Amino acid sequence: MRILCCVKRVPAPGAKINVADDALAVDATHLGFATSPHEECGVEEAVQLVERHGGEVTVLTLGPPEAAEQLRYAASVGAHHGVLVTTDGSAWDPQRTAAALVGAIRGLEAADGPFDLLVFGNESADSGGFQVGIRVAYALGRPIVNGIKGIEADLEAGDGVVRARREIDGGFEVYELPMPAAVGVKEGINLPRYPTMRGRLASKKLEIVELVPDAEPGGQSLVRLHRPRETVTETEILGNGPEAAAAVVDVLEELGVA
Amino acid sequence: MAELPEKAKCVVIGAGIVGNCLVGHLAKLGWTDLVLLDKGPLPNPGGSTGHASNFIFPVDHNKEMCLLGEQSANQYRDLGLSVDSGGIEVARTQERVDELKRRMTSAVAWGVEAHLLTPEQVKELVPFVNTDIVLEGFYCPTVSVVDSLETGTQMRNVAVNGGCHVAANTEVLDIITEDGPNPGDRTVKAVVTDKGTIETTYVVIACGVWSNRVANMADAYIPLVPAVHQMADVGPLDILAETNNEIGYPIVRDMDTFCYERQSSGSMEVGSYAHRPIFHHPDDIPSNEESALSPTEMPFTPDDFDLQMEQAIELMDMLGDAEIKYAINGLLSLTPDAMPCLGELPEVRNLWSAAAIWVKEGPGMAQVVAEWMTFGYPRVIDVHGADVSRFYTEERGDEHIWARSAEHFNKTYGIVHPQEQWESRRNLRVSPYFSRQQALGAAFFQARTWERPQWFESNADLVDRYEVEGREVEWDARWWSPITVAEHLNLRENCGMVDLSAFQIFELTGPGAVAYADYLAVNKVDVPVGRSIYTPWLTPDGGFHSDLTMMRMGAERVRIVTGVFDGGRDEFWARRHMPVDGSVAFANVTDQITTLGVWGPNAPHVIGALTSQDLSQAGSPYGSLVDVELDCGGRTIEAVLFRISYVGDTGWEIYAAWDDGPALWDALMSVGADYGMRPTGGGVYGTSGRLEKGYRLMGAELESEYNPLEAGLARPKVKAAPFIGKEPYLAARESGDPAVSMCVLTVEDLTDSQGRKRYMQGGNEPILTQDGRRITDSHGRVSRVTTAGPGPSVGKHLLMAYLPVELAQPGTDLQVMYMNELFPVKVAGTGAVFDPDDTRLRS
Repeated sequence: MRILCCVKRVPAPGAKINVADDALAVDATHLGFATSPHEECGVEEAVQLVERHGGEVTVLTLGPPEAAEQLRYAASVGAHHGVLVTTDGSAWDPQRTAAALVGAIRGLEAADGPFDLLVFGNESADSGGFQVGIRVAYALGRPIVNGIKGIEADLEAGDGVVRARREIDGGFEVYELPMPAAVGVKEGINLPRYPTMRGRLASKKLEIVELVPDAEPGGQSLVRLHRPRETVTETEILGNGPEAAAAVVDVLEELGVA
Repeated sequence: MAELPEKAKCVVIGAGIVGNCLVGHLAKLGWTDLVLLDKGPLPNPGGSTGHASNFIFPVDHNKEMCLLGEQSANQYRDLGLSVDSGGIEVARTQERVDELKRRMTSAVAWGVEAHLLTPEQVKELVPFVNTDIVLEGFYCPTVSVVDSLETGTQMRNVAVNGGCHVAANTEVLDIITEDGPNPGDRTVKAVVTDKGTIETTYVVIACGVWSNRVANMADAYIPLVPAVHQMADVGPLDILAETNNEIGYPIVRDMDTFCYERQSSGSMEVGSYAHRPIFHHPDDIPSNEESALSPTEMPFTPDDFDLQMEQAIELMDMLGDAEIKYAINGLLSLTPDAMPCLGELPEVRNLWSAAAIWVKEGPGMAQVVAEWMTFGYPRVIDVHGADVSRFYTEERGDEHIWARSAEHFNKTYGIVHPQEQWESRRNLRVSPYFSRQQALGAAFFQARTWERPQWFESNADLVDRYEVEGREVEWDARWWSPITVAEHLNLRENCGMVDLSAFQIFELTGPGAVAYADYLAVNKVDVPVGRSIYTPWLTPDGGFHSDLTMMRMGAERVRIVTGVFDGGRDEFWARRHMPVDGSVAFANVTDQITTLGVWGPNAPHVIGALTSQDLSQAGSPYGSLVDVELDCGGRTIEAVLFRISYVGDTGWEIYAAWDDGPALWDALMSVGADYGMRPTGGGVYGTSGRLEKGYRLMGAELESEYNPLEAGLARPKVKAAPFIGKEPYLAARESGDPAVSMCVLTVEDLTDSQGRKRYMQGGNEPILTQDGRRITDSHGRVSRVTTAGPGPSVGKHLLMAYLPVELAQPGTDLQVMYMNELFPVKVAGTGAVFDPDDTRLRS
């Protein structure tokens, strides 16, 4: 199988995200960066598919030069090729991003043949537009299903079929997509492996193909960012051991549950 | 949560291992009314303690670090929060194999069980080590792994049970000070937090990587920088998981790659001190909320770690296929001289530092600070090397802190020579003769911030004249030159001139100056004007704080002259104990006065050529100060001649105005040429000349653990006037003979097992009995080399060491261990081995 995974470099989750003074960007002073979590699962799924069926995984990202770190990370867990579609690091709207990806994918396929499967994350962890994968698949004329939490490939059926599973209330749906196809995967589809030390070292040797995109801005523009109000919770240690019992009773009485 | 109190006796800022242990120790010492603050949550507020690797290797060449590490390890053990995992330092290079021999020597000095292992023996203990690349191992069975978070919690609870108020999630915004009690002084008054203000008598900053920022709130400095130590946790690994243990295999320190491998349950922690120095300003450390993990677990930068991964896989192949589950750029504290910052800050009274302390030293150093606050001085051991008042102004700024920390970070597991010199931040302070000394090829050694010539290449001809041998082994010859021996012999035969401008000089003036000077000093300062005294200053417990010279310059004026290594500490001590009635004023006049020492049989001729002053013992008696006018090439320079000697030959220290220095140097060099006088370096002044006379040096022979009786510096009588440490000093005198005596020993044979001559360096080499046993006294203090160096005029390599009195007899045969080999030594006595009757001094 030839699989293409599209990933995005996003601020590492877990920390309070500050907004820059002009409210148009994230203040990255204290931030680490990571692969958007759905897409990290996408890479893991792609690697597992080629482990089962043979083939190669190409990882593509659109972003600043620093996004090469995410390509190497993907290589450290088993991806074979890396493509960096370079930007100046400013936020691109989904239409423009999709147009740039379509251009890049067409170029890659013209050179090396079509990808059997395009894997996207369901949505990015930072801007959460939910649309790049769909726009790309539509432009390339390939079927896509989003929200996928299970993939099986059947290479014997016709020109090859992807069976994609997604959860619904009370059950799940299974789609059959003829290859070449596209999917948008969700966290939970697998538990992504960590890179091994040898994997990390091997990823240093990854040759990254750099492409310069040619895509006009779309209709969506960023007005401003703001941080939602946070609910602050405070934990108070009431004491240790049996001595804490009285304080616990006081709290329960205060809450009206005792 | 209870309200923050409005008043407290002492506020401790920082609830990591140090702050927690500090309040625990203070409570044990009877302190109540304590408040412990931290801006983060408990039990892990987000400082360096929370991500520490929590292991303690018990051997360090440095006495303070080693003994406080041992003290800390024992405190963890006493709480049952420690496991002796054992640990092995492995050598990949011959240079490291030699270093492990030095480690063995230090292990014997400090009484730590240690063994050198063959590669096969290493593999028996750690079967997954690739012994193809290991030449040797250094194994300590008592390497321990500790639970620093739980230890902190338990120590904090000791304080809480004594009434300590603990306030987590409480950020310090300011430290308020007030002027006084003396002009120029400030005293701590209150701590302002986001939850309220606490008026307090004492504040202790135990904030780890944030300490300097908090000190800066009070316009004070704790010179440290938050630095990255990378660590990756890789696993799972079956062989580790099968131990069913947090730590089932000895920790391996891969010394030549500056890395360690430490089991953590089913995983291996690989930590590195090999990557590029990565520093952060404390203002740039994220808050708890802004941190994905914690403020001091910063995002991992894998590019910096790749080489260490390769090397780790080389040593333990199984690590290559283990997953990197957790990796951080963990922050820890580095200081410009790689020592902690303990004690009261010189800028603000009652504002204390307990910072730049790692988990391995935390409980012990917290005890040090608690004792210091309680008794006026630490009782565990002497900590002059960690005293925060040691820093000069130039050492407190970020430029210096960052440059020096960058230089020594990669030496954390390095092989550091006892005489090793810094490369960065040189020429910060130079004497008026610097350009002249450069022209003479001076090899400069830096004493804190001051450059001092150690020897002069211009004297290379003397090496042939005196047929001085070189040293065969590179380690012994490193930071040494045979020229220094030749300069010594020339001084003894002719004359030598030594630049002493790094002396730190203070003056006490005012109606209370002499009485105050006497309060500081053991010996009587109230001597006639124009006389001087040598004297110890004692701690309240009667040990050495300082040894220095005090000069009666006038009826109400006393000059204090001390060594450059202790200038900061001595200035702080002198200012800190001053009366508050305005009767004494203090001034640091170091920058105004330059000093040259001229010694040797021809010294009277050299100086006599510049002055008509009677330089005989009648006209310029030993210990006297004589005002003179020196004819320096037609220019008259006013100077003070102080007849004294630290090298054992007659001569003077010449004190003159700083700006007159160059003319004075030129005149002395000019007339000195006729008398064989040579510029002479610190190798003679500080080591060989001093050693032959058995003169003691602060920080080497003299520490707070020893008293003047033991050091052989007690006078027959004790003055009537009160002085700091008088009562314990009197008690020691009344209790009979001291437990130990400071001795000079001669090395009787320098030949090692390979037939090479070896030269001990004065790096705490242990003195052993003839049957190879360690020597300790009734207080548990070990006999070790405090200074070592050549005795060119007596033809022996000389050592100084404290010995139990029964061994401190001339002629006693003992041994010294050096590089894990034994060499025979003989006790020469407690005084001089050269000119013991001081005939030359009196000539």
